[in-house]
Amino acid sequence: MSLLGTGATGRVVRSGVGRRRVQTVVIAVATMTAVASAVVAGALMVAAAAPFDHAFGKQQGAHITARFDPAKASAAQLAETGKPAGVTASAGPYPSTEFRPVDQAGFRLPTLTVVGRSGPDSDVDRVDLKSGRWAQKPGEIVLAASFEGPAIGIGATLKASDTTNAPALSIVGFAVSAGKSADSWATPAQVNALASERSPVTSQMLYRFDAASTKEQILADRQKLVASVAPGALLGTQSWLDIKRAADQGAAATVPFVTAFGMLGIVMSVIAVSSVISGAVGTSLRRIGILKAVGFTPREVVRAYVVQALIPAGAGISLGVVLGNLLAVPLLTDTEAVYGTVSLSVAWWVDVVVPAAALVVVGLSALVPALRAGRLSMVEAIAVGRSPRTGRGQWAHRAMEPLPLPRPVTYGLATPFTHPVRTLALLLAVAFGTAAATFAVGLTASLTAVGTSQDPESRAAVTVTTTRLNTVAPPPPPPPGGSVAAASPVGGSVASPAELKPADPAKVRSAIKSQAGTRSYYGKTRTEVTVAGISGSVRASLYEGDSRPGRYETISGHWITGTGQIVVPTRFLERTGTRIGDTVRVTYEKETANLRIVGESFDTSGSELEIHADMADFTSAAPSSFLVEVQPGVSADEYARKVAAVVQPLGGDATANAPSGQEGVILLMSAMAVLLTLMLVAVAGLAVLNSVVLDTRERIHDLGVCKAIGMSPGQTMSLVLSAVAMTGLIGGLIGVPAGYALHSLVMPMMARAIGTRMPSPVLDVYAPVQLLLLGLGGVVIAVLGALIPAGWAAKARTATALRTE
Amino acid sequence: MRQVIELEGAAKRYDSAGAPALGPLTLSVAEGEALAVTGPSGSGKSTLLNLVAGLDRPTDGAVIVAGRRIDRMSEHALATFRREHIGMAFQFFNLLDDLTVTDNIQLPARLTGTSRREAAARAGELMEMLGIHQHARAYPGRLSGGERQRVAVARALVNWPALLLADEPTGALDTASGHDVRDLLLDLHRAGQTIVLVTHDLALAEACASRRIHLVDGHVALDSRAQAVR
Repeated sequence: MSLLGTGATGRVVRSGVGRRRVQTVVIAVATMTAVASAVVAGALMVAAAAPFDHAFGKQQGAHITARFDPAKASAAQLAETGKPAGVTASAGPYPSTEFRPVDQAGFRLPTLTVVGRSGPDSDVDRVDLKSGRWAQKPGEIVLAASFEGPAIGIGATLKASDTTNAPALSIVGFAVSAGKSADSWATPAQVNALASERSPVTSQMLYRFDAASTKEQILADRQKLVASVAPGALLGTQSWLDIKRAADQGAAATVPFVTAFGMLGIVMSVIAVSSVISGAVGTSLRRIGILKAVGFTPREVVRAYVVQALIPAGAGISLGVVLGNLLAVPLLTDTEAVYGTVSLSVAWWVDVVVPAAALVVVGLSALVPALRAGRLSMVEAIAVGRSPRTGRGQWAHRAMEPLPLPRPVTYGLATPFTHPVRTLALLLAVAFGTAAATFAVGLTASLTAVGTSQDPESRAAVTVTTTRLNTVAPPPPPPPGGSVAAASPVGGSVASPAELKPADPAKVRSAIKSQAGTRSYYGKTRTEVTVAGISGSVRASLYEGDSRPGRYETISGHWITGTGQIVVPTRFLERTGTRIGDTVRVTYEKETANLRIVGESFDTSGSELEIHADMADFTSAAPSSFLVEVQPGVSADEYARKVAAVVQPLGGDATANAPSGQEGVILLMSAMAVLLTLMLVAVAGLAVLNSVVLDTRERIHDLGVCKAIGMSPGQTMSLVLSAVAMTGLIGGLIGVPAGYALHSLVMPMMARAIGTRMPSPVLDVYAPVQLLLLGLGGVVIAVLGALIPAGWAAKARTATALRTE
Repeated sequence: MRQVIELEGAAKRYDSAGAPALGPLTLSVAEGEALAVTGPSGSGKSTLLNLVAGLDRPTDGAVIVAGRRIDRMSEHALATFRREHIGMAFQFFNLLDDLTVTDNIQLPARLTGTSRREAAARAGELMEMLGIHQHARAYPGRLSGGERQRVAVARALVNWPALLLADEPTGALDTASGHDVRDLLLDLHRAGQTIVLVTHDLALAEACASRRIHLVDGHVALDSRAQAVR
């Protein structure tokens, strides 16, 4: 038997689908939107949950990256290390060394591991070339994509070191290795040329094992490598589990956010689909009675109505899957850019599970009322469709009538109580839509606050630097995981053209002081220091003058107010076991100072530690830039132009600051929030539309009566709209606190995922007026959804409506 | 005497290719007159009533009610005009089941902006007059057919309309209730209410109307003064 059953059943289904065009379209569009939303949410949840795993799997990343001493293990011997049982693939040996390049402006990049490979493809670690091409000859280098920036692009040149005769390397491409097997790649010959006595060439081997998912397994695998070469030949190994841990930490921030939207989407889908299909079946009871009267069995009736719902829902689900995939692709591409993973696509099982689940929801939603219809006696079914309502909601009419409002409005306000279940579904749809909007508004505001708090320099109107801006490279972005040191000026140790020589900070300061329109300014430099108790260098921002305008948000304590103070991130406190009020010993070049921790800064830069201190604590430190506030009424552009005219001949520069560009991950999450909210609000609006269409259809006779006794089209509109406006208002009153609570729950979870806490400016983002407007948003959703059927009701011909039963 | 209804060549076609459902019809009804419209099914009785009530528009000709040409009015103006000048009673009462008897009667008055107190006073007066005051707080579903039709008539009269239209007012009633409604219409006519009554029931037409027209295929086949009102 076909899906449509007997020929008669099929005809009933077809006529039902064709006759109720509005509901058919609403079912299709609601399911399409719900499914698209769920596919996007599902795809992003999968992508956010395991971006590293996805990329690592696609690239066949190395479970163990090993460095061997070429003097103790020949290439042939290393090739043999890939053959023991348990090793599923190996690649290498590749020559490898380390070097610390200097960019065109004389800034030193962090120490980079460079590996000599003839191409990106390999049995293990198939490096993803993001842009440009692979290095083909000596003098060319491919950098990890995380280093790409305004001053470090394709065609730019790096010097291999800060020595005068260091070879130049032209950047020809940017690439990503999910397993972080290297920071840069060149030809094997170039790697050999870059090696030095301090950084000799080693042999890199990359391995994949059949068992490498735990630390113990990795240790066992490493033992196999140790055993397969001469003692001392294995210089070191890097486990993929360490790389994964660092990568997952970054992705973890998005998981609570996407999960929250995913849950909202799923609940909204269930509400929308259930209310639409239950309503469609519920309003067909008289027809069902007639079908039974002409000989349809209860089973045929049930099947006819379930299928009648499944046809438009099936079309909607199919379209929803396509739409969801189309919408997810750009977001996943952004995820790819943010996490440096290989190209992502919607997980295949999301495209299977979501539509299957939607079909089940649709089927069950239709089955319940259809079974009720199937069980109804023929006479009862016809009576349900014809007889006057049983008096539900009469109390509401009595209660509303005395209200000091126009009669059509009080009449409309009472009508939701006639269909309490339908009204409840409508209420939930509006409440969830409003909650999603409230959550999204708060989330976007919080993310903007995070972005602003992470770029305090952009708050100043003008930045005056001691170097020329068009040749100065900003420090490269720290790679995910942030394990490398930041760039730092080398203080003129590179032979640079005369015009690149930095200006004397004192002269730049003097130029700012004497410039009309200066309101306030402070000096700043970013450098590296050492801190007792922490191995390696730590990034430090040193401030000269009153730095409060450029302060980072503090989670606890306060910003530096003078010498002897230091503000540190949460990770610093955790790593050093210190607390606010403790003293730490900080060394800058040859100066050491004991500084008291006065504040815990809000820092989202992952594992990077950046401390903030007063420049006066280190007499040899000098500002590399000055952040200037101009007086009211003074044009920042004009001011910057005048200051630049003075400091450029000195080697400095000045520029007016544009609003801070937000980080990719913040833009991504903001875009997702807006998109998902729009979809959820659209589903809520469609649920309202469907509900009001059903109501209007059922009440068309009553509306005809009202019009016959003199209700004008405007009054009819106000009757229909006031019926949903109250539901919208209550939905808004429920949805706003729910969205607020969700925001209060998710933001701290996101912060915990990246190892920090949120300061109050990031959490307390809702203004009372904003919450009020969001509450009224429920009314807007409801009224917009009801506008079309209200218009139909107002335009319905009275004579026709009076004939309608 | 002032004409409450004037139809000037009014015609209504539902199908542009077919014959008109009504007219062209030229007809006038004077103030205080009770006109019964009779005819077989499909003769155009309800179409005529709909045109006069402003529920439908003629495809040709003009419809003038209470001195205003209503076929050219906007929907809003028509609604306002209808609630101020026309009262309607229907075969199946068309009461709103979720409103009490009082609220049903008051509704047209409240739509015109009449205060709650004034509307209540007028509704009470009409309920008293029509003998349904004991059902003031009841819902229509609990009333008999005759009582419901009285409520419908009370609602039709709440705004002191110039014209009362009754569409088969006894068609859904038993004999006794039908007689009650007939007496009610007769009383209203005696009190000077202009009435247009559409009915299949010749006895009702004879009893209540001062004038009867008989429609056949959309045209007036008979227009005769009924016997003097008893």
